[in-house]
Amino acid sequence: MEWLTTVAIILGKSLLLLVALLVFIAYILYADRKIWAAVQLRRGPNVVGPWGLLQSFADLLKFVLKEPVIPAGANKGLFLLAPLVTCVLALASWAVIPVADGWAIADINVGILYILAISSLGVYGILMGGWASNSKYPFLGALRSAAQMVSYEVSIGFVIITVLLCVGSLNLTEIVRAQETRGLATLLGVPWLTVLNWYWLPLFPMFVIFFISALAETNRPPFDLPEAESELVAGFMVEYSSTPYLLFMLGEYVAIMTMCSLTTILFLGGWTAPVALPPFTWIPGVVWFVVKVCFVFFMFAMVKAMVPRYRYDQLMRLGWKVFLPISLAAVIVVAAVLQVTGWAPAS
Amino acid sequence: MQSLLADYLPLVIFIGVSLVIGLALLVSPFIVAYSRPDAEKLSAYECGFNAFDDARMKFDVRFYLVAILFIIFDLEVAFLFPWAVAFGDLGWFGFWSMMLFLGVLTVGFIYEWRKGALEWD
Repeated sequence: MEWLTTVAIILGKSLLLLVALLVFIAYILYADRKIWAAVQLRRGPNVVGPWGLLQSFADLLKFVLKEPVIPAGANKGLFLLAPLVTCVLALASWAVIPVADGWAIADINVGILYILAISSLGVYGILMGGWASNSKYPFLGALRSAAQMVSYEVSIGFVIITVLLCVGSLNLTEIVRAQETRGLATLLGVPWLTVLNWYWLPLFPMFVIFFISALAETNRPPFDLPEAESELVAGFMVEYSSTPYLLFMLGEYVAIMTMCSLTTILFLGGWTAPVALPPFTWIPGVVWFVVKVCFVFFMFAMVKAMVPRYRYDQLMRLGWKVFLPISLAAVIVVAAVLQVTGWAPAS
Repeated sequence: MQSLLADYLPLVIFIGVSLVIGLALLVSPFIVAYSRPDAEKLSAYECGFNAFDDARMKFDVRFYLVAILFIIFDLEVAFLFPWAVAFGDLGWFGFWSMMLFLGVLTVGFIYEWRKGALEWD
């Protein structure tokens, strides 16, 4: 009987997080379009609901009512499995993300490794979709997308290693706690100024590399070559319609949110307040977390609005010839500094 | 065993719930939406042409090369994880042994760069 209550509680928590996440993403989508429109001096969505606030929900309804088309030449099972895999894998990584102190569905001790593993699997959804469509644009789009995601995954891995060297734990909650209690501010003798403790400052180049790699990893502009409208129409999603298409879009935005929250956790101190003094500490941790995620997403949206798309050879050059050597060197430098100064966290 | 189960059970349940949400979304238009397929609608999209050739065609070998390079470097990252976590307890011996490993990989990386494996043009 006791385990039944446990399962029910976990089920409730999971549902709560997923619903909150999906509603949040509905407004992130809206914000994305509004910011993009504002940069281009347009109004953006403003018809459905006051100021267009219900636009995303209208879109959802529209997707559900659209005719689902499965091309005659497609492998039907794989064709439908691909969007499901993309979406579920993207959602799955949220199980370990702590949105506030202790607010994670599963606070496992290998959290960051789990996220890395799950996000690596995301490539399968895209490859399956591109292959099963049995059409040329999706095939080319899937090839490009897979090569791109795989390339930037390597530098993301190295960046995560530099953070882990400073923390000494794979647990995401521990990573945030480490930024709360030790770091640059403590060394300078102002331990209440936690904003200096966060790793964005000492690991600033890694922060930049992580941010840009996150853009490439989630196929966001300026690295949206898999979906380059002008050459590949819509990349691996060409043959998709109705909710299978919606699931790809949803998966993409959930992945973007995961990357935003990962940036927040690794470099911006997660749920901790920037200054550990009263008016700031009264605000609950989850609010700080959401504010930081929104800030990172705002940067994502601005990059989309302002930067022209990369060419494919430039993209691969950036990933393999710039980010990979720099992040590899950074791992060595950070390890050496920690070793020489004796700042490495011993258990 | 008991604590392992307690740690990972929420993970399984969470993935299960997201699977249910995804499936519900995937299945719903097949139930509620209007559907009238015809031969033109179901043909592969090719900018107004009738599809010619097979879509499963030959593709550039460099995609394959990127995949192989990825395996090497991703394994390297996976190997670095436990080292990074235990770094504070390993001391200089642990530091230099990993530097030796990274050095060997860097030699390989320089070789493939020189060979032009990273060129796209």
